[in-house]
Amino acid sequence: MRRGGLVVLVLPSVLYLVVMFVYPFGYGVFLSLHPAKGASGASLANYLGFFGDPWQLRTIAVTASIAVPNTIVTVLLALAVAYAMRRGIWAERAITTLLVLPIALGTVLVAEGINGFYGPKGWLNQLLQLAGVADLPRLTHNYTGVMIALFVQHFPFCFLMLLGYISGIDPALESSARVLGARPWVVFRRVMWPLIAPGAAIAFALVFVMNFGVFPSAVLVGQPAGATRTIAIAAYQQAFEHYDMSMASAIAVVMGLCQLLGLAVVVALRGRLAATGVATVGAGKR
Amino acid sequence: MIDRLRFKLSKHFGAKNVLDDFALEVHGGEFVTFLGPSGCGKSTALNLLAGLLQPTAGEIWLDDERLDPLPPERRGFGMVFQNYALFPHLSVFDNVAFGLDVRRVARASIAERVRRMLALVKLEGLEARYPAQLSGGQQQRVAIARALVIEPRVLLLDEPLSNLDAKLRLDMRAEIKRLHQGLGLTSIYVTHDQAEALSLSDRIVVMREGRVMQVGAPADIHDRPRNLFVADFVGYRNVLTLMVTARGVDGLVTAEGSGLRVRGRAEIGPGGAVLAAVRPEDVRLSDDAGAVGGARGMVRLVEYQGREYDVEVVLDSGAVLKARVPAAPKIGDAVGLALEPGRVVLLTPEHVA
Repeated sequence: MRRGGLVVLVLPSVLYLVVMFVYPFGYGVFLSLHPAKGASGASLANYLGFFGDPWQLRTIAVTASIAVPNTIVTVLLALAVAYAMRRGIWAERAITTLLVLPIALGTVLVAEGINGFYGPKGWLNQLLQLAGVADLPRLTHNYTGVMIALFVQHFPFCFLMLLGYISGIDPALESSARVLGARPWVVFRRVMWPLIAPGAAIAFALVFVMNFGVFPSAVLVGQPAGATRTIAIAAYQQAFEHYDMSMASAIAVVMGLCQLLGLAVVVALRGRLAATGVATVGAGKR
Repeated sequence: MIDRLRFKLSKHFGAKNVLDDFALEVHGGEFVTFLGPSGCGKSTALNLLAGLLQPTAGEIWLDDERLDPLPPERRGFGMVFQNYALFPHLSVFDNVAFGLDVRRVARASIAERVRRMLALVKLEGLEARYPAQLSGGQQQRVAIARALVIEPRVLLLDEPLSNLDAKLRLDMRAEIKRLHQGLGLTSIYVTHDQAEALSLSDRIVVMREGRVMQVGAPADIHDRPRNLFVADFVGYRNVLTLMVTARGVDGLVTAEGSGLRVRGRAEIGPGGAVLAAVRPEDVRLSDDAGAVGGARGMVRLVEYQGREYDVEVVLDSGAVLKARVPAAPKIGDAVGLALEPGRVVLLTPEHVA
C-alpha cells in the first residue's frame, strides 16, 4: 500500500487517541502545574504541597497497603484456579458465568452485595450468630471490606485472562514432560510456569493498576476518612469538596506515576525472566 | 532390553467405545505399528500405554511389572509426539537434557549423553538454538533425541512424520528405522500411512473403530488382507463381486463375473458370491481384447503419476476398474483387461467387516 493510504487508515485511531487520551491527560498535567491561587505561570506548588502534607502523603502508603497484597492474592488464587481448570472441568460454563457476573454488575452493585453479605447485620454474621459465635467479625467499612470488594471485582478478570493464557499452551508439552519423567509439580515448575509467567506478569500489572486506582469500593465498603483513604479519594476531595481542580490534577498525576512505577517493577521482573530465555518464545501463540 | 510388553485395554468415553479389548504382546526389539484411519483408536491406545489416559478396563505388563497403575513419569517410556511438543523456552540442549535432569543424573554425565545423542541424530552444533529457530525436520530430530536419551524401555511414536514434507518424511523414516535397529529399541508406532507401516514394521496391527482388524507381518497385510477393510486400507482399490463357478480339490476356487475369471483361495463352494479385491498395479491393459480370463472395457480417465498412469476403465458390465500402467492409453480407447494371476484376494461375505 502507498504511504498516503496508510496515513488515512491510521488517522481515525490517532485522532481518537488525541481527543480521548492525549489532550485530557496533557490538560491535567498542565492544570496541576498552575495552582489556583498564588503565582501565575508554571509552579510545582501543588506537588510540594502534596508531598509536604503527611495527611496527603499517607494516601500513597494506604493505597499501596491495599493494592500490593490484594494484587498478589488475586493473581496467585486466579493462577491456581485457572491452572486447575486448564483441561476443562465439570460445569465449566456455569462456573465461568458465575465468575464473570461481578464484572457485569459493576462496582457499586458489588459493594451493595458485600454490605448485604459481609456487613455487620449481613447474612454471614446472622449465620455466625445462629451458630453461637459471640464475637462477630467486622468485615466491612474497614480495610478488610475494601480487600474483599477488590478481590470480588478483580479475581474474575484475572482468572479469565490467565485461563485463556494457560489453555493456549499446547497440552502435548505437559504430556511429553510427564512421559520424560517429571512429576506434576516438576511439570509446573520447569515447563508450565516459565510459559505462563509472561501472562501472569501482564495480569499482575493490570490488576495492580486497577487496585491502585480504587475509589468506589474504598468509599462504599471502606473507611474513607481513615484506614482506606486512598489516593483516589484524596484527589476526589480536592476536586469536589475543595473545588481545587489544580491540586486534584496534581494528585491524579502522582497516582499515575505510582501506577507507572508498579508497571516498571513488573516489566523489570519480566525482563529478568526473558534473560533466561523464558519470554523469547510466545507461549500464548502456540 | 525388555523381554515383552503385554497389554489388554479398553477405553470408553461416555457411551463410545474408543478401544474394545485391544490385546497384544510386543516382543523386545520389535517394531510394531498401529495402522488405521483417524478415529480407529490407535492414538488412544498409545496414550494408554504412555499413561496419559486411564483405561476403562485392562492391564499393561512389562515383563513381570504391572504398569497400568503407574503415572506416566514412572513407566520409563519414551514418546515422540506428532507436533514434537518441544519445550519452546528451552534450548535444544536443555530439551534433550530434560528427561535426565528430572532423573537427577549428574551434570557431567548429562552433558556427555546429550552430546552423544545429538550426534546420533546429526544435530551437533545446534545445542544453543531454541525450537522456534529450527526447521521441522530438525525439531523432529530433537524430539527423537529427547525421547531416546533416557534409554526408554519402549519407544512410542505418535504419527511423528505427518507434519513433514514428502521428501523429509522419507529421510526421517529411514532414520527412525536406523535408530530402532542400531539401538535395539522396542518401538510402537502409530500412523495412518500404509507405506510408513509397511516399510518400518516387523508387525502391523490394522485397527478400525477400536477393534483389531488384522495383525501380521507387512507382507501378510499387504498380500493377504483378511477382510475388505484391511484390503481397502492397504491399497486394494478395486472390489468386484464375482460368482464362484468351480472349486478344485486343492481348495482353489474359480470365480467369474464382468467378463473376468480369477482363481484364488476362499472357503466357499460353487454358486456363492465372493468379493475380489485387486490392486491397480495388478490390472493389466492390452490392445488385444480377446485375452483368456480377460474382459473388455473403455478408458474413461487417465492421470499422470510421474512414472506411471492411473487409468479408470469402465467394463462392458458397467463395473469400473482402476489400473496403474506404464504407458498411457487415450480416453475412449477400447482395451482388454486381465488380472495378474495369484495377486487377486478373494473375500467371502463374512470377511466384509
